[in-house]
Amino acid sequence: MSLPEIEHREHYLNINYGIRSWLLTTDHKRIAWLYLLSVTFFFFIGGLFATFVRLELMTPQGDLVQAETYNKLFTMHGVTMVFFFLIPGIPAVLGNFLVPMMIGARDLAFPRLNLASWYIFILGGAFTLTAAAAGGVDTGWTFYTPYSSIYSNTHVALTVVGVFITGFSSILTGLNFIVTIHKMRAPGMTWFRLPLFIWAHYATSIIFILGTPVIAITLVLVGLERIFRLGIFDPALGGDPVLFQHLFWFYSHPAVYIMVLPAMGVVSELIACFSRKRIFGYTVVAFASLAIAVIGFLVWGHHMFVSGQSVHAGMIFSLLSFLVAIPSAIKVFNWTATLYKGSVSYDAPMLYALGFIGLFTIGGLTGLFLATLGIDVHVHDTYFVVAHFHYIMVGGSVMGYLGGIHFWWPKMTGRTYPESWARLAALTIFIGFHLTFFPQFVLGYIGMPRRYHVYPPEFQVLNVMSTAGASILAVGYLLPLVYLIWSLRYGTVAGANPWGARGLEWQTPSPPPTENFDRTPVVTEGAYAYEKDPEEIYTFRKPAHV
Amino acid sequence: MSKAETFRAHHFNDLEQQHSAAWIGMWVFLATEVMFFGGMFACYTVYRYWYAQAFGSASNHLDVWLGAINTVVLIGSSFTMALAVYNAETGRSKPLIYFLLLTIVLGLAFLGIKFFEYYTKFAEHLVPGSSFQYEGPLARQAEIFFSLYFAMTGMHAVHMIIGIGLLAALVLKARRGRFSALYHTPVELTGLYWHFVDIVWIFLFPLLYLLGRHL
Amino acid sequence: MNLGFPLFPEQASTMAPRVDALFYFLVAVTIFFVALIFVTIVFFAVKYRRRGENERPAPIEGNFWLEVIWSVIPLGLTMIMFVWGAVIYFDMYNPPDDALEISIVGRQWMWKAQHPEGQSEINELHVPLGQSVKLTMTSEDVIHDFFLPAFRVKQDVLPGRYTTLWFEATKAGEYPLYCAEYCGTQHSGMIGRIVVLEPAEFQKWLSGGATGMSMADLGESLFQRFGCHTCHRGAGTPQGPALTGLFGKTVKLEGGATAIVDEDYIRESIIDPRAKIVAGYQPIMPTFKGLISEEGLLQLIAYIKSLSMPERAQSKK
Repeated sequence: MSLPEIEHREHYLNINYGIRSWLLTTDHKRIAWLYLLSVTFFFFIGGLFATFVRLELMTPQGDLVQAETYNKLFTMHGVTMVFFFLIPGIPAVLGNFLVPMMIGARDLAFPRLNLASWYIFILGGAFTLTAAAAGGVDTGWTFYTPYSSIYSNTHVALTVVGVFITGFSSILTGLNFIVTIHKMRAPGMTWFRLPLFIWAHYATSIIFILGTPVIAITLVLVGLERIFRLGIFDPALGGDPVLFQHLFWFYSHPAVYIMVLPAMGVVSELIACFSRKRIFGYTVVAFASLAIAVIGFLVWGHHMFVSGQSVHAGMIFSLLSFLVAIPSAIKVFNWTATLYKGSVSYDAPMLYALGFIGLFTIGGLTGLFLATLGIDVHVHDTYFVVAHFHYIMVGGSVMGYLGGIHFWWPKMTGRTYPESWARLAALTIFIGFHLTFFPQFVLGYIGMPRRYHVYPPEFQVLNVMSTAGASILAVGYLLPLVYLIWSLRYGTVAGANPWGARGLEWQTPSPPPTENFDRTPVVTEGAYAYEKDPEEIYTFRKPAHV
Repeated sequence: MSKAETFRAHHFNDLEQQHSAAWIGMWVFLATEVMFFGGMFACYTVYRYWYAQAFGSASNHLDVWLGAINTVVLIGSSFTMALAVYNAETGRSKPLIYFLLLTIVLGLAFLGIKFFEYYTKFAEHLVPGSSFQYEGPLARQAEIFFSLYFAMTGMHAVHMIIGIGLLAALVLKARRGRFSALYHTPVELTGLYWHFVDIVWIFLFPLLYLLGRHL
Repeated sequence: MNLGFPLFPEQASTMAPRVDALFYFLVAVTIFFVALIFVTIVFFAVKYRRRGENERPAPIEGNFWLEVIWSVIPLGLTMIMFVWGAVIYFDMYNPPDDALEISIVGRQWMWKAQHPEGQSEINELHVPLGQSVKLTMTSEDVIHDFFLPAFRVKQDVLPGRYTTLWFEATKAGEYPLYCAEYCGTQHSGMIGRIVVLEPAEFQKWLSGGATGMSMADLGESLFQRFGCHTCHRGAGTPQGPALTGLFGKTVKLEGGATAIVDEDYIRESIIDPRAKIVAGYQPIMPTFKGLISEEGLLQLIAYIKSLSMPERAQSKK
């Protein structure tokens, strides 16, 4: 695959052509592109499943697809979106591209492991897609036993093998980021001069490392139970299906912070750049990321308040769940305060960032409803929960992802995208999103359970509203696909720093050379020093080792 | 100095940075392995607490002598691995290869004994599933014990097989003169891995073999 | 306002207004903070919009007291939510002692209920108004969930175990029952209704279709049929402890531990007799796993419970 030459300058895209130079690359920037193409592919696959779900839900009867098909559709939507889009999403695309550049390194610590992580991702995806093509799986993305281990007669084993394999991709990415951030910072780049994007990815990597192995072993046990009848969760043997839930959620709750922390990191970069100010309370925001990662490991039981878990355990998990909300609230206040006496512009990335803050605030506050024991009993496993997590994951993570893609697009491609279309897309997504998911809060409180193929007629109006909103949201997501690809050929050529930002990644040409920097940067100020010129923050010394 | 340079990857500034990055990376990886095995240890802990009597009774069906021999074999292999690392650090290629091979042999001995144990369990109808047979009313709970036994020791054996593969690759590289006092990071990292796999067994042995024993 | 479709569920239990009050509090807090953030962002974004390309805002590091304020206030509000919610939750898990006890067995994809008087229902549950009702529930296969939105209660229904749920209906009428834990193909078809009747109506309904045998009676006939009475009779025999007056007591087990004789203990003792043997007895009770259905187990439990109730014990033949 070749892109039109930007100039006659050599950079990471034109240094080599041909499929082998891409499939055997160890350049973190090219690997980021490999991931970008793959996760985009999985996003639209997951979106396709969602389309069928929402179409079916327009009518109370099951008139579009059969019950078993519907159950497979929502399961595959969840599995694809969670494991193949949201979890790799920002870290594997933007993290891979930017982490070395932001800290002044020439690559990640382990470039070959980085490439391996992509191949592992593809292998896991291949297993899961094969399961889908062979007839799908209908357990829900949560694989609760004993339905998944004994009763379901769909391709459970194949799917859990796919997810298991993909987990190693996460682990390698997290490992790479932690070592890189510890060991490969440029001279003068102390911890508290790091951009908040880096802090966010560091915290995320801790979760990758400590959480992913637990779901790996849990899925292995489910697979063994299914294939070899090795009853660990089988109640007929005295096994405990609730034990599965503990093990599953021990990872899957921190996993949601894997999905949102990187997006928060992106938002910090965007707010700072488009207010031309240092993030208010930088140190507090940095520590808040770590706090979310740590406390996030202690709250998994809030998914299990009505599971048969003890009342006292429920109370402890509820208390901790409120505590984990506080650092997120602190971040929202700090981002807002950054705008104060700033110089605010409304470019598309900023619109995504502000949209994130709005949608994440609603999503996060509705999380408090779920942390509240007395309310959760009523809304657990209803559309209230579905609305809550889509506000965070779609309203939050996807907005953050798109904002980041737009912001760093000139750096990655050397081209700018058409600004008016981008603003239109941001607005369309924001509006379509609310129309799709707000009615679901109401549906949940009035009692519509989730994962329902058919439903009582009184729920129809709200479901139709939701589907109508989804059609607008779909348009919003297709727009960037079109104009971003268009810009690769027809977009204006971008300079090194079209946004006037202060990060180290903007002090090198767009697109960057393969080694990122021709000379080793030396850092003398903290991040977001917008009151200074870039020359006052960074100097470059004699040629870097090649 | 230029000899050292040949070992340095292009994205590192110096060998020291490269070595220290590799070291941290390996420890982070071992942390993931702790969490991986930890999940199974958590399951074990819960069921052992609930079904103490069944677990004690089932544990007696394991051959404690074979388990003990395997423990000694594995600790011995950690010793030979440590000697291999020492010889790599001091640049002594022949002893390095010798101790790597010895470690492989001990590892294979462990696996051999393990698979013999699996075979006897199969013959005694103690493999969970449709052919499982166990005397007495605690059969269902004993089946859970054996499920955990096979899952945990099986996962451990998989790690051993991977470790032996890594050691074989090290032998090949050592024979080509790849390692020296200046550069022997892969040997050190594999040593860490091997010691970790050994430590997992040190926990598995008493928890699986020594329950309810009156020696 | 009548839109033709509901925007809020009916309140039909003692718990519903309590849950709703807490819900409104959280809605108020949510609206407040969303409005606060939204208005502040719009205000700042407009007031401080970029007016020239070379603008260089002065850097502001942060403000310690602001950080404290906007940490402490949310912490305070969340702690109110926590305590309020925990109190409601605690009450949800503490049924009144005088609750009417009904058994529920869930299976793919239907609900079976049985009243103590013996009346059985499928996908329906008739209950009296103004009387607390406690459901003892189990599943025959996968995990289900018994969800009554109008009463604001739900509870997972597990295989191999009992879980409980209680409510007191405050309004006569029919209310939906949903399964709220995904359980396979017909999960969304596993629905039914709760019918709340005035007490007199409820008595009439009970006597209308009764078989004449209460759950305890049915349990007693199982007790005879499976030979339980040969070892567990009267004041007990050397083979098996007495069951009269046993339910709810704490017993000492072989090995030193103790256990409370509740529904789970009795069920386990029938299916897995040697799991928790009372001290002083031999492990000779045979297992009845697979021989007695979940309904049968619940009936046996009802019978054993009745042996702890004075009127019942005296009326023994």
